[in-house]
Amino acid sequence: MNRKLLKSVREYKKQAFLAPVLVTLEVLLEVLIPLLMANIIDIGIMEGNMDYIIKMGIVLVIMAMLSLAFGAKAGQVAAVAAAGYAKNLRHDIFYKIQEFSFGNIDHFSTPSLVTRLTTDITNVQMAFMFSIRMLARAPIMVVLSWIMTATISLKIAFLMLITIPVLGGVLIFIAKKAHPHFIQVFDEYDILNNTVQENVNAARVVKAYVREEHENEKFHKISLKVFDLFTKAEKLVAWNSPVMNFVMYTVVLLIVLIGGEDIVLGNMMTGELTSIMVYAMQILMSLMMVSFVFVMIMIAEASSDRIKEVLEEVPEMVDKEDALTEVANGDIDFEHVDFSYAGEDGNLSLKDVNLHIKSGQIVGIIGGTGSAKSTLVQLIPRLYDVTRGCVKVGGQDVRKYNLEKLRDQVSMVLQKNVLFTGSIYENIRWGDESASNEEVRRVCQLAQADGFISEFPAGYNTMIVEGGNNVSGGQKQRLCIARALLKKPKILILDDSTSAVDTRTDALIRKAFREEIPDTTKIIIAQRISSVEDADMIIVMDNGKIDGIGTSEELLKTNAIYREVYESQVKGGNDNE
Amino acid sequence: MSKNGKPKVTKNTIKTAKRLLGYVTSTYKAQFVLVLLCILISSIASISVSLSLRYLLDDFIIPLIGHEDPDFSELYMALTVLGCIFAMGVVSTFLYTRTMVIIGQGVLKRVRDEMFEHMQTLPIRYFDQNTNGSIMSLYTNDTDTLRQMINQSIPQVLMSALMIVVTFIAMLVLSPILTVLAIVVILLMIAVSRFIGGNSGKYFIRQQLDLANITGFVEERMNGQRVVKVFNHEKKSEEEFDVLNEKLFESASNAHTFASIMGPVIGNIGNLQFVLTAVLGGFLSIMGIGNITLGVMASYLQFTKSFTQPFMQVAQQFNSIIMALAGAERIFKMMDEAPEVDEGYVTLVNARKKEDGTIEECKERTGMWAWKHPHQAEGTVTYTELKGDVRFFDMSFGYEPDHMVLHDLTLYAKPGQKLAFVGSTGAGKTTITNLINRFYDVQDGKIRYDGININKIKKADLRRSLGIVLQDTHLFTGTIMDNIRYGKLDATDEEVYNAAKLAHADQFIQMLPQGYNTMLTSDGEELSQGQRQLLAIARAAVADPPVLILDEATSSIDTRTESIVQKGMDNLMKGRTVFVIAHRLSTIRNSDAIMVLEHGRIIERGTHEDLLALRGTYYQLYTGKLELS
Repeated sequence: MNRKLLKSVREYKKQAFLAPVLVTLEVLLEVLIPLLMANIIDIGIMEGNMDYIIKMGIVLVIMAMLSLAFGAKAGQVAAVAAAGYAKNLRHDIFYKIQEFSFGNIDHFSTPSLVTRLTTDITNVQMAFMFSIRMLARAPIMVVLSWIMTATISLKIAFLMLITIPVLGGVLIFIAKKAHPHFIQVFDEYDILNNTVQENVNAARVVKAYVREEHENEKFHKISLKVFDLFTKAEKLVAWNSPVMNFVMYTVVLLIVLIGGEDIVLGNMMTGELTSIMVYAMQILMSLMMVSFVFVMIMIAEASSDRIKEVLEEVPEMVDKEDALTEVANGDIDFEHVDFSYAGEDGNLSLKDVNLHIKSGQIVGIIGGTGSAKSTLVQLIPRLYDVTRGCVKVGGQDVRKYNLEKLRDQVSMVLQKNVLFTGSIYENIRWGDESASNEEVRRVCQLAQADGFISEFPAGYNTMIVEGGNNVSGGQKQRLCIARALLKKPKILILDDSTSAVDTRTDALIRKAFREEIPDTTKIIIAQRISSVEDADMIIVMDNGKIDGIGTSEELLKTNAIYREVYESQVKGGNDNE
Repeated sequence: MSKNGKPKVTKNTIKTAKRLLGYVTSTYKAQFVLVLLCILISSIASISVSLSLRYLLDDFIIPLIGHEDPDFSELYMALTVLGCIFAMGVVSTFLYTRTMVIIGQGVLKRVRDEMFEHMQTLPIRYFDQNTNGSIMSLYTNDTDTLRQMINQSIPQVLMSALMIVVTFIAMLVLSPILTVLAIVVILLMIAVSRFIGGNSGKYFIRQQLDLANITGFVEERMNGQRVVKVFNHEKKSEEEFDVLNEKLFESASNAHTFASIMGPVIGNIGNLQFVLTAVLGGFLSIMGIGNITLGVMASYLQFTKSFTQPFMQVAQQFNSIIMALAGAERIFKMMDEAPEVDEGYVTLVNARKKEDGTIEECKERTGMWAWKHPHQAEGTVTYTELKGDVRFFDMSFGYEPDHMVLHDLTLYAKPGQKLAFVGSTGAGKTTITNLINRFYDVQDGKIRYDGININKIKKADLRRSLGIVLQDTHLFTGTIMDNIRYGKLDATDEEVYNAAKLAHADQFIQMLPQGYNTMLTSDGEELSQGQRQLLAIARAAVADPPVLILDEATSSIDTRTESIVQKGMDNLMKGRTVFVIAHRLSTIRNSDAIMVLEHGRIIERGTHEDLLALRGTYYQLYTGKLELS
């Protein structure tokens, strides 16, 4: 199995090594037991020696007890080792994801990460568990059983020596053949699940456009493909049993033939023949197990690759040793900034942006859909790195700061706002774990959220459900602003964060900003002119470039885009022609 | 499931199992009989390994001992016969494993297909009442366990059960006295495996629960991962994750521990039985009771050995079968959900006007549609031109019977009018549009569409006549072209381009490296919210519907682009009816009528100017004194 992944076994190494040892002991006993059984038949029963039967019987019972103890313990440590390994893998993936920068997050969709953390890890866990139990058991069983056979009859042992590699080879050949088919099956499975997910999410769209038949057809096609691929893969694996049976029966016939002649000639006792039969079965069963585990490993291999993909993703941003931990002030400078989400050669989202913002200023940003407003501000807390040029905060390149310290000082309310399951207190405290209730209230007052929170029956202890869907859009936005304020940042960025808030409350929030946190630089992206009109400086974005900078008055004179937006929103009712 | 969390077989489980069997026998009757037959043959072959040993020893080998020149020909004959049985066994094994693959996958395919098809017929209410995650897990987790059961557990259990029965009979024939001992041991094995199996089942169920919890947590955190980053909340997330992870580890390791202990325990009970049988058998043969010969003992002991093997397998498969049946039960529950009822009989047809002014049905698309209204009593058919005249009469509605959302709503939208709804979240705006396209049915009052009660219109035709752009844009995996064409599957490329231009989406699409052939994955996450809305509008535009419903369709589009889009839409919808729901009042200012909704009632109605003059709620909203959310 995968070397790199196996490192994650860590503290469960002890169990992982103990399991094969215990299994070895168990197998040893399992091989000795039939030998004892043969003696009971040959010596005890043949000679009618009751004492011998009882004596050996007791020994056998003790051995069975020991074998039980070893076997049970082996099962337990293997289960713990595998579950522990899975736990560590989940831990590693989750911690790795926490290291991801925004660019890394873009590479993986949420459902794909969830599948890796669940289904894929379960596959690896099962394969690991069976591996440490079976892969120790099978070879030891084969070797010991063979040795035992050899002590009875060299001829039969030699016969087996030929059969084992042939059978093993065939089984491995089948597993190898099936492997690529299984990989295809899983890929197609992903597509199938994706189609279902889309249909569940977009049930309204499908119904509104009366596309049920269309979707059914699409689904049937994929489902047929899954059927075909799966059938193909499993048909290959289905060869295992008949091949296995064939070899087993052939060996049985040969053993009886050779053994029978030997018995007649007096070279072998009947009990010995019975024992050889048992050993032969044990060898064949072991090989069957190997092929079973082999198929499992093959399937888990596909999962391992998917897990590795996450673990090997290189975080785009790593702190330097001598990173700055202090942000001097809220100055922001963009110097010849080019940016592309696709890296060096990609389409540029920002082209040669130059910008200077003084600490404490209120800056409004306005611009059309896709004009790169969000892209621009995301560079300030270094959610992405610039492609060319540089962004400075407090006079220093953002890449020189310790990321955590930088983001503590640059607080951003994202466009896609998310609240988490938990009380309002807990949600706001994301901004500062140690904040007192009074501090939480204060920032809620600033964000004009205290009013509606107090009206809830449970006040600040009101539980927020997943996604924050039990508060209205405007309330959610204000809670998110409060959460950002609690960080006491030097720079505060609102990315279209008051769109659902009424203009009056919006104005109150800005007033509070101006009066209560005068030293903090405030950047406000909005579609509503009234949200930015009173800013110290307004930036008009168009198609990745700054189209104009200035106060509202200046821009009305100089900037066509601004004027157009302004007029369409402010002038009044009958200007839609 | 019982109180202590151990899995139990209930009446329902049996019903589910029967229904599942129905899937097998209905399509694969012949194959299934073949499988049963083959399993029987192959178990007989496999049992004859130990069964034959006695005969071979007693009848063909031992008599030859001591002969000067032993004649092996009879032994060879016997071995040849045995070889034939074995050959049949191999062929049977081959046949049943192969057939089982086809049956298993075939049943799964049918279950999946039926499940999906049925899901498409379910009313929107079903999707409201079940989380996306729980619906998804029917297709993933539950179908997966079903697959394992059909492919692995069922053949193994069938085989094992047959082995147990045949072996038991063989043992009974060989020595009834010793078999009494075997029965005692069997009872012991059942008791032990029930105890262990119950415990492992308990933990397996707990493991599923812990797995679900961790999935839920990860899903929520991943969706908000950007917020986690912005707030440096990684450490805290990790701590919370560790707690859930530890829980899962505990239940998983316990579940698997119990499951793996099963093998050694049953196996060694088997060893115990061997000793007891040997002691008892030895005693009996020495005493000469029960006609026990050496050959009988040898075979019998062989049987006791092979007896435990199938037992172990049944015990091990028991849990997975119970778990799979629980999954199947959930799947069947979904398939038993009542589909959307549709008693409509009025259909939508292409039409053209004859010279005398009457309407005539025709095959080709004329740009004119008519409602085809058959009257059963007289056996006649009347045609009504589709105009888009929508009227609500005293309509009331609630998602739950005791909680009404809309009260006594009466309103008219004449063809060509643009009607807007304004109001805070929960005021019932979206509900109104849900009723027009009959995602839900009104409880009281009625809705008439071109004078026809909408309950009489076939749902599919009703919806085809309504273009709708929803609050949440949903795009499908495929190219941008495919996604726009979703509105009209047979649209030409030209029509798609025009729709995109009209929605002002053409510009940004052209900027993409692959243009219209850009692949969208996971709901078009690579596009901005505003761009996705533009695509949704283009999708509606290509459908060219007589009535259009825009539900917050432009909320993420800047006002400048919006006004361009609006102009395009106004041109497209000239003479047709439009319903608009919007947050931003600038979006609805030019509507013919604006309805202000509050708590499911219309509190103000009129044009923008009327409402401003009224100085009521709308005025307050417009001047920013009230918050809309």
